Amino acid sequence: MAATDVDIFMNEEKRNLSLGGHVGFDSLPDQLVSKSVTQGFCFNILCVGETGIGKSTLMNTLFNTMFENEEASHYQNGVYLRPRTYDLLESNVHLKLTIVDTVGFGDQINKDESYRPIVDYIDTQFENYLQEELKIKRSLFNYHDTRIHICLYFIAPTGHSLKSLDLVTMKKLDSKVNIIPIIAKADTISKSELHKFKIKIMSELVSNGVQIYQFPTDDETVSEINASMNAHLPFAVVGSVEEVKVGNKTVRARQYPWGVVQVENESHCDFVKLREMLIRVNMEDLREQTHARHYELYRRCKLEEMGFKDTDPDSQPFSLQETYEAKRKEFLGDLQRKEEEMRQMFVNKVKETEAELKEKERELHDKFEQLKRMHQDEKRKVEEKRRDLEEEMNAFNRKKVAAETLSLSQPLKKEKDKKN
Amino acid sequence: SQASHRFHNSLLEKQYVGFATLPNQVHRKSVKKGFDFTLMVAGESGMGKSTLVNSLFLTDLYKDRKLLNAEERINQTVEIIKHTVDIEEKGVKLKLTIVDTPGFGDAVNNNECWKPITDYIDQQFEQYFRDESGLNRKNIQDNRVHCCLYFIPPFGHGLRPVDVEFMKALHEKVNIIPLIAKADCLTPNEIKKLKDRIREEIDKFGIKVYQFPECDSDEDEEFKQLDKELKECTPFAVIGSNTVVEARGQRVRGRLYPWGIVEVENQSHCDFVKLRNMLIRSHMHDLKDVTCDVHYENYRAQCIQEMTSKLAQDNRMESPIPILPLSTPDVDTEKLIKMKDEEVCKDVI
Repeated sequence: MAATDVDIFMNEEKRNLSLGGHVGFDSLPDQLVSKSVTQGFCFNILCVGETGIGKSTLMNTLFNTMFENEEASHYQNGVYLRPRTYDLLESNVHLKLTIVDTVGFGDQINKDESYRPIVDYIDTQFENYLQEELKIKRSLFNYHDTRIHICLYFIAPTGHSLKSLDLVTMKKLDSKVNIIPIIAKADTISKSELHKFKIKIMSELVSNGVQIYQFPTDDETVSEINASMNAHLPFAVVGSVEEVKVGNKTVRARQYPWGVVQVENESHCDFVKLREMLIRVNMEDLREQTHARHYELYRRCKLEEMGFKDTDPDSQPFSLQETYEAKRKEFLGDLQRKEEEMRQMFVNKVKETEAELKEKERELHDKFEQLKRMHQDEKRKVEEKRRDLEEEMNAFNRKKVAAETLSLSQPLKKEKDKKN
Repeated sequence: SQASHRFHNSLLEKQYVGFATLPNQVHRKSVKKGFDFTLMVAGESGMGKSTLVNSLFLTDLYKDRKLLNAEERINQTVEIIKHTVDIEEKGVKLKLTIVDTPGFGDAVNNNECWKPITDYIDQQFEQYFRDESGLNRKNIQDNRVHCCLYFIPPFGHGLRPVDVEFMKALHEKVNIIPLIAKADCLTPNEIKKLKDRIREEIDKFGIKVYQFPECDSDEDEEFKQLDKELKECTPFAVIGSNTVVEARGQRVRGRLYPWGIVEVENQSHCDFVKLRNMLIRSHMHDLKDVTCDVHYENYRAQCIQEMTSKLAQDNRMESPIPILPLSTPDVDTEKLIKMKDEEVCKDVI
């Protein structure tokens, strides 16, 4: 009876009701917040840029701390990724921050394969999460999420345009990760050059179809600031951990003979904008986008590769379980078939080899027979020759004996003749 | 004896020969003849090469040039582009040729991207070799590259593999002067660190960059001091500018920033003045001399050796004198020679 009741009410429209008093579920967001504060947050940043472009310094500046870093060498054979995880605490919020550095990027003479280790790393983090998700006994709430939430791409301040390597790399990454392009070491570009440079970069990205992260404008509380920030991309940043006295304040800055570049001065560079956007306003959205968009895309592609579908040829929804079982059967069948094949192949090979060996054996046998015959022939011939020789010898001996007896009687006759 | 002394002096005065005027004669003739200089600039795109050349020669060589997009540069090959200008200052004429190398280091795969550059330098040597060995040597044009300014990016920690490979491919063909480009990106401490590192790596990799000639021992102390400073300052950290700005009440070439003004010719801001003085005002001729006396001679000797060893292999004839190449291989003459050769061989047989 209950089941049919549910059926009847399924298509009924939702109705809005007004409340007679304060119920209290308006505290739900607070509950959520307090839960997530207890859990702690996790944020993973990937920094892509050539050696020496200021990745480590910018991270130190953003998080106002000194992450340990040795200076990288320019002579790496290839690109490799170096993740480092830190536990940070601000007010009562725990942040598990992972910073992934691309060591050796841009240093090789042949950079055709430079993007690959980066793509592979991002995919591996997705794969690890997928594996956890597909487990039978899984603990996702406990899982240390290593998926990259944001890729900061450091553009060298040439003032002209993107480098060819930048274009190629960002194109490979844009469907896998949120990209925020930034102009590094921007204190070498004057204001007018910077304006032209930003326009050129954005137009190159657009004309090549590179999707960069857009600060979300759907939430009215932040849509205005996000929209205005979108127009300032790529952010021109300057990083520094050194402090300089300016006026009666001490600020983080770079001191030149011609002036002092202040990191947090918005007329000097866009550092404050980056910090605002990256950390203070949109960090949560970045995490969401990574999970809801990039990860889902990866997952879908991967499962499709494995042969999973959402609907069968008749457009009836598949149940995952049925798909699993079908897959499993298929897989086992495959395995068995392969085993049979291999066994068959093995048997055939054995037969072949046996036949060969038999052939060889016969050949050897024939040869042996032949040699035996030859040997016997030779022996016969030698025997004949021996007999001939014996006969000759006998004949000779007889002659000799005859001659001897003749000569014995001869001298008597001679002597007789002489006497006469 | 005083009398004889006076007599001796006046004799000396009368015996003034006059060859002390030779330097003046050289000066006069050279002004009449004019000078030529070929400067090559090499380095990745966006290092400020064109801006620096404009700043050095206070002119605009690069009006209306077109820069490639990132997409176009993915598979870009290196080109060689020459700009020749005639400039004059106080009656002295200079035919200046700037050899640009757009595309160097800009592609994704830069294997052997220096080859078109080394080929170009060799071609100029070969051309000069032919001309020099020819019959009519009146109007030989010297297109040999006298100096190569190599721009090292200031963003890294030192030399990169492409920098090392490039300099090693060229250091025995041309005078290389390495420069730290866009030096307004570095604080004074960072500049010092980078210069030390680069000098170290140049030594380590055995790269032979252009060496300033030693001071004559009879030069005055001030000159010697300047010379020493110059040598310890390499590689020069340079900044260039196409624009004139107002700084400290004067109009100077510079770059305007919100936090200050970088003056190209301010020696506490960068080494531009040192480079200009060295390149143009004091060592231009030495660069030409080293090119002629060292790089070109090396090329020529190597060329001749290869030729004679090839001849010996060909077994044609043993000649004690190295065979000079024909100045212009005339196709008809060669055919005739070959025909006669065969005739002779036939007769011999």
